[in-house]
Amino acid sequence: MNIAVLLKQVPDTTAKITISDEKVDESSVSKWSMSPYDEYALESGLKLKETSGGNLIAITCGPERTKKMLTDAAAVGADTLVHIPNDGVTDSTHVQKLLAAAVKRFDSHVVLCGKQAADTNGGSTGPGVAELINAACVTLVSEVNFSEGKFTTIRPSNSGIEKVVVDGLSVFAFDKGSTELRRPNVRGIMMAKKKPIESIISSDLGVNLEASNVKMNSQNPPPEKPAGQKFEGAEYVNEVVSKLRNEANVI
Amino acid sequence: MNFTIIAETNGDSLHPTTYQLIGAAASMGSNSTVICPNGVGATEAAKINGVEKVISANGDCFNIFDGGAWASAISSMCGEMILISASPNGREIGSRIAAKKDIPIIQDVVSMTEGITVSRPIYSGKAMESLTISGSAVITLRPNAFEAALAENNAPINVVDQSADVRIAIQEAINKASERLDVTEADIIISGGRGMGTIENFSHLEEIADTVGAAVGASRAVVDEWGMPHRMQVGQTGKTVTPSLYIAVGISGAIQHLAGMRSSKYILAINKDPDAPIFGVADYGIVAAWEDAIPALKSALSDLQS
Ligand SMILES: Cc1cc2nc3c(=O)[nH]c(=O)nc-3n(C[C@H](O)[C@H](O)[C@H](O)COP(=O)(O)OP(=O)(O)OC[C@H]3O[C@@H](n4cnc5c(N)ncnc54)[C@H](O)[C@@H]3O)c2cc1C
Ligand SMILES: Nc1ncnc2c1ncn2[C@@H]1O[C@H](COP(=O)(O)O)[C@@H](O)[C@H]1O
Repeated sequence: MNIAVLLKQVPDTTAKITISDEKVDESSVSKWSMSPYDEYALESGLKLKETSGGNLIAITCGPERTKKMLTDAAAVGADTLVHIPNDGVTDSTHVQKLLAAAVKRFDSHVVLCGKQAADTNGGSTGPGVAELINAACVTLVSEVNFSEGKFTTIRPSNSGIEKVVVDGLSVFAFDKGSTELRRPNVRGIMMAKKKPIESIISSDLGVNLEASNVKMNSQNPPPEKPAGQKFEGAEYVNEVVSKLRNEANVI
Repeated sequence: MNFTIIAETNGDSLHPTTYQLIGAAASMGSNSTVICPNGVGATEAAKINGVEKVISANGDCFNIFDGGAWASAISSMCGEMILISASPNGREIGSRIAAKKDIPIIQDVVSMTEGITVSRPIYSGKAMESLTISGSAVITLRPNAFEAALAENNAPINVVDQSADVRIAIQEAINKASERLDVTEADIIISGGRGMGTIENFSHLEEIADTVGAAVGASRAVVDEWGMPHRMQVGQTGKTVTPSLYIAVGISGAIQHLAGMRSSKYILAINKDPDAPIFGVADYGIVAAWEDAIPALKSALSDLQS
């Protein structure tokens, strides 16, 4: 089975986001990491490979720096590393087209990704790629199993959780699972350093990127909140409750 | 301009965010066509101001949630500008419709003005982005960010039968008994962190939640280390919430926790450490041990209710 895992590199969740000239300054990001939910997608892909056999293809679309994340994925067990240089493309629709084309080129049977990336917070890519490759898609899953030619997974429902079955080509978008994430060992890290990364540019993927009709005007820090009121001691609880009622009108 | 709105439902009726979607369209001077999957909430939708027409989309494909099937059943009924709730299902249907129509999707929009110019949080709220859209698009709106429309209207309802291939089957539904109010739906949330000491102490927060109709949330430390259900987790890898009031008790206010709750309308923090970062985002802060503050809070709140 060919298991494609879509991985995005994002500023580490602890990294400070600096803005200059009304734009997020990527060069000032102190640490880049794999987007948190993607780690669960990768872990689940590795488990799927262990139980059902197959080839795990780690795919990312992004600038040169993202290759490091592919090597990290190889250190825990990714077999094929695919880098799609983004040439400044950040439009979600474009990224989806590139990823969908790569998924097809590697003849994937299943695609795993995160429910949303930590930078865009969108949640568009999994279902969007599914639409482009005509696959089923289940989002917010926490594990995926394969048996008798079908995938089973767990997703939240209105009244709890439900176990769902999907037939054929499928995309699963991961929430945080309860699973432990594996850490690479020394051997894994050494082997990963030698693993080649295949770079495929958009024209090789047969994707034509037209101009986007969404224009980014500006990126700014979130509006400052006025400084809060702080009270020392539990004896102020009554006063705060009356403020919640009379000042804030929330209770 | 006319907006197509895909109704967000809650069991047999409309979810409150549907009123906000219609209100957002109306604030731009636009009428809306509301599509109700499986006809749920159609009569209710017809009464909302600003609704020109309701399409009750009926079909077996709506019996279970399969975003792919729903999008193929619905997308041909959609106009140029499509508004959906930024709920998990809304985001999924929206993404599929956008990909199908080859138009952009902008998720989690918190404000919208003529033009159309929208703004949305990025990097989990560490920045805001302003975008201008020319041409068709799908836009998902963050719940509770827009004014709800009132209901004193009487729009026509068209019933349309739809079918689509459903690719997902439910093998087993596992109901969680005595489910408390969900953090994403509650107007008031009281969350506990490691400072609560033990999982048993959450019963004190539950009592307060019951007096004011709040949901109980938790930090990741509590979920990971004490086995609290993950659906209660607020933050970067948990739920993003925007209640009117968020009460954080014994939570330090790590950046990943703030990512999930900093856009709450009001924040009350109770923490014994005066330097806890949570006070940096709190509108009201009480420096005290929860053992002292929570009993006082409980009695003050129940006095208000009576
Ligand atoms: C990739 C990633 C994702 C993450 N995602 C999330 C997420 O989604 N949500 C999340 O919450 N965290 C998340 N975290 C974890 C986050 O970094 C913090 O570790 C976590 O939020 C800490 O939880 P806490 O505030 O409950 O515990 P602590 O940081 O241990 O804080 C406990 C607080 O309780 C106070 N306290 C102690 N005793 C009392 C008392 N008796 N009365 C009152 N106050 C008291 C202390 O002063 C302290 O401030 C994530 C981390 C990473 C790396
Ligand atoms: N540029 C990218 N390269 C690889 N995977 C991506 C990329 N963008 C998004 N994804 C995948 O899609 C998920 C959802 O992203 P988003 O739609 O941006 O919220 C991410 O968690 C990744 O798994």
